[in-house]
Amino acid sequence: MQDNSMDQENKDRKTLQPGANGQFKRRDILKGLAAVPAFGILGYGLFKHLGELKASRLDLLGGEDDIIPKGVPLVAGGQTLRLGFVGTGSRGRYLLKALGFLHPSRIDEYSEWAAINKYWKEYMDEFHAQDDLNVRITAVCDVFDKHALNGMEVGANLFRKGTGGEMGEAPRRYGTYQELCAASDVDAVVIVTPDHIHVPVVLEAARQGKHVYCEKPLSWTVEETFEVRKVVKDTGIVFQLGHQGRQTDSYQVARSLIERGVIGKISLIEVCTNRNDPNGAWVYDIDPEANAGNIDWKQFIGPAPWHDFSLERFFRWRCWWDYSTGLSGDLFTHEYDALNQILDLGIPRSAMATGGVYFYKDGRSVPDVLNMAFEYPERDLTLLYSATLASEKKRGKVIMGHDGYMELDETLLIKADPKSTRYAEEIRLGRIEPHMPLFSYVPGQDKVDAITSPTEKYFAERGLLYTYRDGKSYDTSHLHLREWINCIRKGDGTQPSCNIDQSFEEAITAHMGTISYHDGRKVYWDEANEEIV
Amino acid sequence: MEYTKGKLFWLVLLRMAIGWHFFYEGMVKVLNPAWTAKAYLMDSGGFMKPFFEWIAFNPSLLAVSDFVNAWGLALIGFFLLLGWLVRPAALGGMVLLGLYYLSHPPFPSIEYLFPVDGTYFVIDKTLVELVALGVVMSFPTAHIFGLDRLLKKS
Repeated sequence: MQDNSMDQENKDRKTLQPGANGQFKRRDILKGLAAVPAFGILGYGLFKHLGELKASRLDLLGGEDDIIPKGVPLVAGGQTLRLGFVGTGSRGRYLLKALGFLHPSRIDEYSEWAAINKYWKEYMDEFHAQDDLNVRITAVCDVFDKHALNGMEVGANLFRKGTGGEMGEAPRRYGTYQELCAASDVDAVVIVTPDHIHVPVVLEAARQGKHVYCEKPLSWTVEETFEVRKVVKDTGIVFQLGHQGRQTDSYQVARSLIERGVIGKISLIEVCTNRNDPNGAWVYDIDPEANAGNIDWKQFIGPAPWHDFSLERFFRWRCWWDYSTGLSGDLFTHEYDALNQILDLGIPRSAMATGGVYFYKDGRSVPDVLNMAFEYPERDLTLLYSATLASEKKRGKVIMGHDGYMELDETLLIKADPKSTRYAEEIRLGRIEPHMPLFSYVPGQDKVDAITSPTEKYFAERGLLYTYRDGKSYDTSHLHLREWINCIRKGDGTQPSCNIDQSFEEAITAHMGTISYHDGRKVYWDEANEEIV
Repeated sequence: MEYTKGKLFWLVLLRMAIGWHFFYEGMVKVLNPAWTAKAYLMDSGGFMKPFFEWIAFNPSLLAVSDFVNAWGLALIGFFLLLGWLVRPAALGGMVLLGLYYLSHPPFPSIEYLFPVDGTYFVIDKTLVELVALGVVMSFPTAHIFGLDRLLKKS
């Protein structure tokens, strides 16, 4: 036996094969457990890695971790809220969808696309999964017959069905917004009209005691801005301005991070509009069915200076000051409201604007290039806005602080400044690399492909269309409407996030830029007298 | 199979180096609850792109994928290092590496958002590691250096 064993061992040594007699020798143990030291070193490496991860993260967030927004709760109980829609064009239809109403033919069409395209499948799944807000559309009003009739059909689709499916009662069409606001079966009014009609409808609705959701910007003229604020406050209605960016997670996270001093003292903020296509420049399609016979032109003109019937002006109204507030009111306000939400900027001390009609020489009166500088001396910062409708060079929303800068888009990214005081030690130790992301926040899914028009893509990239909550993606307009509806249901005087005071600040700031552009001079806000001088 | 000392040295080193890499990659993910492969999957390219996007967009599939990835890497690494169940571990590792390769194949005209640490054409480090795992699988060493040595004896 022993000889055999010796032989075996000799053989093992020669061929480096282990023995097979079931006895462990010291050498077997050593070779069998060769990996143990490796696990020791790896364990140490993991321990160090986790410690660094935790330390840098806690340091960055000031020791707190709960910065992810909680969202807007669903309060759908009680009585059905009856809504009147003033304006059922493309944006009106978008808001109807955000409330759970789509035209049956649209449902057919989108469902067909969903069968062969996963993005449309998600789009439709999301629509069907969207919470029921317990609202009805009881009234619609639109100066274009086709839009009004379409709005009625959309409003009747209570059960989100395709063609041939069960429909509910269609909303009643009113010839004027005054009649709609006076209707007894309308509790609240959604205003989706051109800019120059916003305030007249808000005033009418508020005086009739109807709550209001109004598309942005708040107002078309400075004077009416003061009037609408007074009437909304006096009547005590629940008012929400349609800046759905209020519901964008990354903005809410940005606010928390800035409050924690993550980027230090802010001296400059730069926001931009970068578009380069006719749709983005408001050269919308003209509906071939539209004519003077099916458009109530007089009502469309409203408070604007008279102009003879023009399909171009009707469909591309954003191109003329007569109905529009231009880049400042239409697109800068999105950026401004995001920043006002994050930083409580309020109205600037002064504004200076330059620009012109440099690309779209199609007869428009509003500029297609606009640059505005707003000063906030009491905050020691400048807000810069730069826009062109003729280049898509991506320039993000950047908040520049002494210790770092925050880039805000659909995602949020913070990078440390190489000369930061706050991070000097960490940078010196190599724990923080300047220009590398310190913190990033990705608010959900890349839905850009599900969005058809360049304008929508633009908004999606800016985080204005979709946001992400509790592992479920939501349409921010849905959340924004929901917040407004929740306040109405509460009935205790609670106002939503983009209330009349926030709206007033938005409108005055935008008007200051526009006045500066028109007058070619710096304009100031006299806070004591509430006057633009 | 008979090895010279030199051959054995390099084969054991290869097995343990890959094991080390897998184990650390896996454990870092296992220990970080915020980790997800979602962004990586969404950045996929090549003919398998729809498949990986399908996983990324499906929350339950993504959860399974994240779990299998993190624990798969860690366990495969654990077995390769330890020298136990090396064949199935190497095979599993090759499957994972194959999926990584197919999600980001280094073919011309495909661009990725994720940074690449080199310049590749068809063959990248992922594929090289996959081939190396094939070598580890075909040339067993765990019965000499590894837990298999003790298990076989007992």
